[in-house]
Amino acid sequence: MIPGSFDYHRPSTIDEAIGLLASHVGDALILAGGHSLIPMMKLRMATPEHLIDIQDIYDLSAISIGANQIDIGATVTQAQLIHSEELADCCPILRETSLQIADPQIRNLGTIGGNVANGDPGNDMPAIMQLLDADYVLQGPDGTRTVKARAYYEAAYFTARSENEILTSIRFTKPAAGHGSSYHKQKRKIGDYATAAAAVMLEVSNGSCTSASIAMTNLADTPLWAEAAANALIGSALDADAIAAAVAAARAITNPASDGRGPAEYRTHLAGIMVKRAIETAHARAG
Amino acid sequence: MNVQSPPTDKQRIEKLQGLGSSRKRVEDARFTQGKGNYVDDIKLPGMLFGDFVRSPYGHARIKSINKDAALAMPGVVAVLTAEDLKPLNLHYMPTLAGDVQAVLADEKVLFQAQEVAFVVAKDRYIAADACELVEVEYEELPALVDAFKAMDADAPLLREDIKDKMEGAHGARAHYNHIFHWDCGDEEGANKALADADVTVEEMITYQRVHPCPLETCGCVASMDKINGKLTLWGTFQAPHAVRTVASLITNIPEHKIRVVSPDIGGGFGNKVGVYPGYICSAVASIVTGVPIKWVEDRMENLSATAFARDYHMTGKLAATKDGVITGLHCHVLADHGAFDACADPTKFPAGFFNICTGSYDIPVAYCGVDGVYTNKAPGGVAYRCSFRVTEAAYMIERMVDILARKLDMDPAELRMKNFIKKEQFPYTSALGWEYDSGDYHTALEKGMESVSYKALRAEQVDNRAAFERGETRKLMGIGVAFFTEIVGAGPVKNCDILGLGMFDSCEIRIHPTGSAIARLGTISQGQGHATTFAQILATEIGIPAEDITLEEGDTDTAPYGLGTYGSRSTPVAGAATAMAGRKIRAKAQMIAAYLLEVHEGDLEWDIDRFQVKGNPEAHKTMKEIAFASYNQAIPGLEPGLEAVSYYDPPNMTYPFGAYICVVDIDVDTGVTDIRSFYALDDCGTRINPMIIEGQVHGGLTEALAIAMGQEISYDEIGNIKGGSLMDFYLPTAVETPMWTTDFTTTPSPHHPIGAKGVGESPNVGGVPAFSNAVHDAFAHKGLTHTQMPHDHWRVWKTAQKLGLTD
Ligand SMILES: Cc1cc2nc3c(=O)[nH]c(=O)nc-3n(C[C@H](O)[C@H](O)[C@H](O)COP(=O)(O)OP(=O)(O)OC[C@H]3O[C@@H](n4cnc5c(N)ncnc54)[C@H](O)[C@@H]3O)c2cc1C
Repeated sequence: MIPGSFDYHRPSTIDEAIGLLASHVGDALILAGGHSLIPMMKLRMATPEHLIDIQDIYDLSAISIGANQIDIGATVTQAQLIHSEELADCCPILRETSLQIADPQIRNLGTIGGNVANGDPGNDMPAIMQLLDADYVLQGPDGTRTVKARAYYEAAYFTARSENEILTSIRFTKPAAGHGSSYHKQKRKIGDYATAAAAVMLEVSNGSCTSASIAMTNLADTPLWAEAAANALIGSALDADAIAAAVAAARAITNPASDGRGPAEYRTHLAGIMVKRAIETAHARAG
Repeated sequence: MNVQSPPTDKQRIEKLQGLGSSRKRVEDARFTQGKGNYVDDIKLPGMLFGDFVRSPYGHARIKSINKDAALAMPGVVAVLTAEDLKPLNLHYMPTLAGDVQAVLADEKVLFQAQEVAFVVAKDRYIAADACELVEVEYEELPALVDAFKAMDADAPLLREDIKDKMEGAHGARAHYNHIFHWDCGDEEGANKALADADVTVEEMITYQRVHPCPLETCGCVASMDKINGKLTLWGTFQAPHAVRTVASLITNIPEHKIRVVSPDIGGGFGNKVGVYPGYICSAVASIVTGVPIKWVEDRMENLSATAFARDYHMTGKLAATKDGVITGLHCHVLADHGAFDACADPTKFPAGFFNICTGSYDIPVAYCGVDGVYTNKAPGGVAYRCSFRVTEAAYMIERMVDILARKLDMDPAELRMKNFIKKEQFPYTSALGWEYDSGDYHTALEKGMESVSYKALRAEQVDNRAAFERGETRKLMGIGVAFFTEIVGAGPVKNCDILGLGMFDSCEIRIHPTGSAIARLGTISQGQGHATTFAQILATEIGIPAEDITLEEGDTDTAPYGLGTYGSRSTPVAGAATAMAGRKIRAKAQMIAAYLLEVHEGDLEWDIDRFQVKGNPEAHKTMKEIAFASYNQAIPGLEPGLEAVSYYDPPNMTYPFGAYICVVDIDVDTGVTDIRSFYALDDCGTRINPMIIEGQVHGGLTEALAIAMGQEISYDEIGNIKGGSLMDFYLPTAVETPMWTTDFTTTPSPHHPIGAKGVGESPNVGGVPAFSNAVHDAFAHKGLTHTQMPHDHWRVWKTAQKLGLTD
């Protein structure tokens, strides 16, 4: 668990960082909080020759909440997401999820950009971004483009981002007032990734579900957006039958690995339980 | 004017902070400030660093090793392989169990992560880089992973080095993968009891392979001084004196030319008892290069290559009458020792003290047999926070008694009460030959049941089960009872030795002229707080405040010889030596006091911190005054100074015991187990420092929780280790750890000078069956008899699923 040697860079502007990436393409990696990358380097599963630390880039570090849109800079830490009251008021699932990531020490350093950028199926925020239908803003030598979170993940650690791009921020439409949301995650212990986890966001009007979104973590090699499961809820009274239909539809798209957390059969079963509980909690919170 | 009255007796006793005082740990000042001094803190001029090239395979032939590219790398000083060690006859080393272990793989690798080459470089990073450049060509061989297949006729041959040596260290070997057969007791009698019994139960109970996983991994710094020919070895050694002797025997360096030092140790739990290839390679590299060499393993190396614990497959059979009197026990163990037999047990006990497996019960006839086998797994089999193989034995009997209770439809606590050895039967000789020193089991379990309101818990469980049937809850409540008897304090030299070294221990005390003192012991603390508690024993014995007594351990050049710290032996053995050395000091002090007070020795009596004249307490000399006198008065017939040494050979082991009760709520849909409460009553005889005891119990219970609920080192079918990092190996944090409720009774050991029995490991021994019994109890009404640990989420869910409780 001793990493290989590397050069360390600490730019203070986005342009400088992109310039550094361009001049070392293939040999350089962005370093944000380091809590995914450094363990990979210690295992020598990542062996960058250059690390470009983006923590000093001021422009990447803000949370801005507009009338209709929320913008979160790439280096905003999980701790910042937890501590922002304004964010918790309009989009509480970000705080709820952040509190279920690792432990306070890791959350003080781990960033939302690092969490969503690298395509680790164990990370929790990518599912939340599926749920929210977020856009990722990517900036490279040829300028800026946005990619839908729902189109970003290709396979474990394979994403739509090209090597010379930096993910600068995450944007999504502010959730409607009165929505209910919940993230249910089961893990073996603090600091573990999900055995299964599910995020649910829904709106209820006159006892009937008017909109719904469901996403899941660590149940396939990419985060899962469970469109059919959500559709099973829309128009229903969120009764047992509708929930059962949503659970079945969610389980149907999982394809978990069998690992120390349990065999695939168990994790698929558990996915359904997490979805069910998240629906019930979100329902209770709606209105 | 302020007239000071003389201190009261109570004040004088309090000032000593002796036996029974919850004195704060003196070690903590440095640990909490990050000022400990661990092996990795040692930095010597010119020091080089070692790192291992390890096997990626579980079983393979080494076809070639090419070191050229590694040696060509700037900063690389040497690359050692078995070929380099052969001329020194150091490519194999003796293990503590009478086997040999490859220091660097000789022609074959036998487990994944086995040491193949040792790279020495100018810094730790270069060493790691260079390891990647050592090219090893392997030819993969079929791996033997399932211990039950080890003795099959067509099983792969693992140990080519000893294939013709059919007489092992513990008798005949029945197969090339067989290590030993050891048994004890009356097999015929046990079988007859089973044949004649009203009721019998049988179960194969596996205690999975786990790992002690101390926070500090193993490591050493070896430094050969070419001028005076002295080798100094600093390392994570739980038994520094034994390491020195072994090092001398295998290197032929005279013992006085070797100094072994254990600095601060960050937890051991048995993992740091053995001798590892890293120590030998570092010493050889230092001798060859003439500069100090540091080797410190990383976490994954620690989990995958240094000593594991357990891996016992135990088939137990109990015989009983229909009203629940146990009439016999038969047990057979298949012991998976990995690729080399590197267990750390007293020589005559290849299965440790597993024959304590009759537990706390008066079982008239018993038999246990153990067969050890080789597999393609890391060597070890150490006592992970327990005495030798005692937690295995306790787990087996405590599960079996619960299984019997189900079959008899009796309450498991009641069945235990019925079969306990009675208070008046002590000293009690068990069917398997141990002489239990003292105990009062009924009182302990009764106190426990009362404290947790056991009856009310059982009533609540009845309601819970009914509510579950009605579909009102998806949680099931389980109540786990365990009652354990430990056997610690190895041990009497007449039957306990390691590599021929008797398992006595020692203490040497020197009183300074002004009345403070230094004491040195043959043990070594790894977090147990010896510097605190042993000073307390002395404070009470010699009347010098604990804070005025320095405790030193771990340096073989200064400390008296002892066998080290593991198996809860420090208090029973070195603690006894400390008390005995203190009594020698006091005996001489009495002579000095008699001289000073001009009375006969017999006219004096000891009073807290002084000798006083019987019937005239105003005439007295404090230990402080006596100490000074010993340095400045010419006392006829007495040598100056005040020093003593004691080597203590215990007459018997000590037998701590305890009653543990755990309540768990299980979510059948997720398999999540929520430990609602845990009550631990420990009887460790005389209690030296209640706060340290409580801390030891908290730590041991947390490790028991880890083992019962999550820890496992397993291998896939080709010998790849699974769970070899903290990602998967379950180390609970404060969040997963429930509130512990501790309690005690006090039944002193009749043969120990202060009546103390040792406690550090009891909570692991009693904790594991308590957790496991609680999980089983939750499903007992659904017909569950036994399911293997760990009781992690998915396995618990699987149990619920098999019982038809999930959707
Ligand atoms: C013990 C432990 C437990 C954990 N448990 C969880 C958990 O339960 N759930 C969870 O979600 N996470 C967990 N994490 C991960 C943690 O949340 C990480 O901090 C996070 O995933 C990555 O953020 P980071 O800022 O540390 O990224 P880094 O480690 O710095 O980077 C991760 C990867 O993303 C790339 N990258 C980073 N930022 C950018 C950017 N702006 N643009 C382009 N590429 C970028 C890096 O090059 C690297 O490849 C855990 C981590 C640890 C050590």
